[in-house]
Amino acid sequence: MTAIDPLLSVRDLRVSFALDEGLVRAVDGTSFDVLSGQVLGVVGESGCGKSVTMRAILQLVERPGRITHGAIRFRRDDGIVDLAQLEPRGAAMREIRGGEIALIPQEPMAAFSPVHTVGEQIIEAILLHSHRWQAGRALSRREARDITVGLFRDVGISMPEQRVDAYSWQLSGGLRQRAMIAMALSCKPRLLIADEPTTAIDVTTQAQVLALLRDLQARYDTAIIFITHDLGVIAQMASYVVVMYLGRVMEEGPVDDIFHAPKHPYTQALLRSIPSLHGKTRVALPVISGALPHPFNRPTGCPFHPRCPDAMDRCSAAVPKPMPVAANQLASCFLHHDEAEP
Amino acid sequence: MSDVLPDRGPPGPLTTHDASLEARGPLLEVRGLRKFFPITRGFLQRTVGHVRAVDGVDFTVEEGETLGLVGESGCGKTTASRCILRAIDPTGGQILYRTRAGRVVDLANLPQAELLPLRAEIQMIFQDPFGSLNPRMTLLDNVGEPLLVNGMKNRRERADRVAELLRLVGLRPEFMHRFPHAFSGGQRQRIGIARALATNPRLVVADEPVSALDVSIQAQVLNLLLELQARLKLTFLFVAHDLSVVRHISDRIAVMYVGQLVELAPTDALFRQPQHPYTAALMRAVPAADPRVKSGDGILGGEVPSPADPPSGCYFHPRCRHAEARCKAEAPALREVAPGHFSRCHFAGERVF
Repeated sequence: MTAIDPLLSVRDLRVSFALDEGLVRAVDGTSFDVLSGQVLGVVGESGCGKSVTMRAILQLVERPGRITHGAIRFRRDDGIVDLAQLEPRGAAMREIRGGEIALIPQEPMAAFSPVHTVGEQIIEAILLHSHRWQAGRALSRREARDITVGLFRDVGISMPEQRVDAYSWQLSGGLRQRAMIAMALSCKPRLLIADEPTTAIDVTTQAQVLALLRDLQARYDTAIIFITHDLGVIAQMASYVVVMYLGRVMEEGPVDDIFHAPKHPYTQALLRSIPSLHGKTRVALPVISGALPHPFNRPTGCPFHPRCPDAMDRCSAAVPKPMPVAANQLASCFLHHDEAEP
Repeated sequence: MSDVLPDRGPPGPLTTHDASLEARGPLLEVRGLRKFFPITRGFLQRTVGHVRAVDGVDFTVEEGETLGLVGESGCGKTTASRCILRAIDPTGGQILYRTRAGRVVDLANLPQAELLPLRAEIQMIFQDPFGSLNPRMTLLDNVGEPLLVNGMKNRRERADRVAELLRLVGLRPEFMHRFPHAFSGGQRQRIGIARALATNPRLVVADEPVSALDVSIQAQVLNLLLELQARLKLTFLFVAHDLSVVRHISDRIAVMYVGQLVELAPTDALFRQPQHPYTAALMRAVPAADPRVKSGDGILGGEVPSPADPPSGCYFHPRCRHAEARCKAEAPALREVAPGHFSRCHFAGERVF
């Protein structure tokens, strides 16, 4: 798509879960790129495969889930490695996971162990990946603790020297999420995956955490994949947006084009259906008819066609390829295909 | 609206026959509602303090309107709504409800026996469409249970009513023999609404009814609620944290902060000119779904104080950029600053927040 080599390149990724009742294709041919220093927003409703895609990148897909196809090419200092081919528990993956690619999970309460202080857990991560701070020799515990205190200060935790020795359950929701961000940054990652990082917290705290992430992103120039269902958060955080539905990318493009010139019927419908702070009140909102199909009953062809106002005969027969619709903007919809093309 | 009592004294004696309210007053009038939870410590569970979850809340709900109750977690909005339903017993205050028969009763003090017949008139829609339906019961039994409790013993009769209710919420009547697991989140929320409507309620308390739903489904359920309200002349108390959703559905909005009402106004007036700095900050904190509008100015610092140990004076003063010495010393009362527009701020009406 661009001349610059992407930091991460996901190509035709497929992840499926073999359940007793049948095969669930959670991710069904997803492709996208993340450039260095870019904030990529991934938006979609539940079941669209956004979280499973991120777990696949980190090789954290749990059984009976399996990456069945595709490549996840990640650029490291010594060349490009396909994460999909790496052994999930192997040394290389363990080096990348937490070190070069870090995760900010949705629920920091569940992510921190309640029986160790948050400081201990971050120090452990720093010691495990200590060469990312100090090439050649291992860091001492004291040094790791100093780094942790510095990180706490960076993420805006007051009284960092004391808070390092707190347990996660002693911190408020906002502080806990800040500590989680400090943990994710503790190994100077090249790529940060933020999976609904503000969904579980209140709106005024969310505003603080979003401002912090924007600030840290500018300071460290870390690439961020920002996953959320909240279109407002996407609009404020991302520079490039990927819209997913039922395991596939429906549309992708620069944030301004996605919000002001969406080309895929799903993106258009999604944007219309949210109540705004300025629209007319107490009137019927435009809706996307129908419901998300059951995972065992994926529609044939374009996954959105049963709910799509613009559906045509060919939509149920074949899966549309992503087509360029504007500069850097792609839509996977037959509306943007030539008639002759299959 | 003038009957909202801004200054609350100690709650008066039990007034189940308040003559002044017998004439057509509001459907619901909450006066000085308080709910404190004890904090206990030690082997003997000695009470060492109180969480003032709801700390003197006054508002009215007119028949046929939607009052939105909005605030962040821990502000007491859910506790207040549970008190109104008498799912929990309030510590103090009055909850005056005008029954279908025209009598005004104080729900806060009503004994269970007298409360029971009123349960049919006041119903609830829950947040979690997965946890609020019994997975072992078919829709017929789930939706029909309130009918059974209220004396509809004939199964055929109940089945007819359930079919009617399912049609009302946009589901096929044939679904009544299926179990909840066969339905998606949005469909389950419709089932929950059908169940709430089974007894022909007048007042429906909806606690975060769309927050667990996807964006595309959320719009469907909001539309359904608006349509049902118009058709059945329902009155809604709509509790939610999402400002844009509350704005969309409410005629008037009450904003809560640390157990108190800080602002109450008609929806348009509230958004046009908020009269409390907290309301204004809350609006600024909502990320705009438009990349050309940069949100994030005037972000509120600090955190919501604990309702067990609220700050002195105005509870909002440690985070307020308009705060002055007076705010720390003196607790502002809820006062009417424009017709129907109430604010608990010393500077309301004088400053633009």
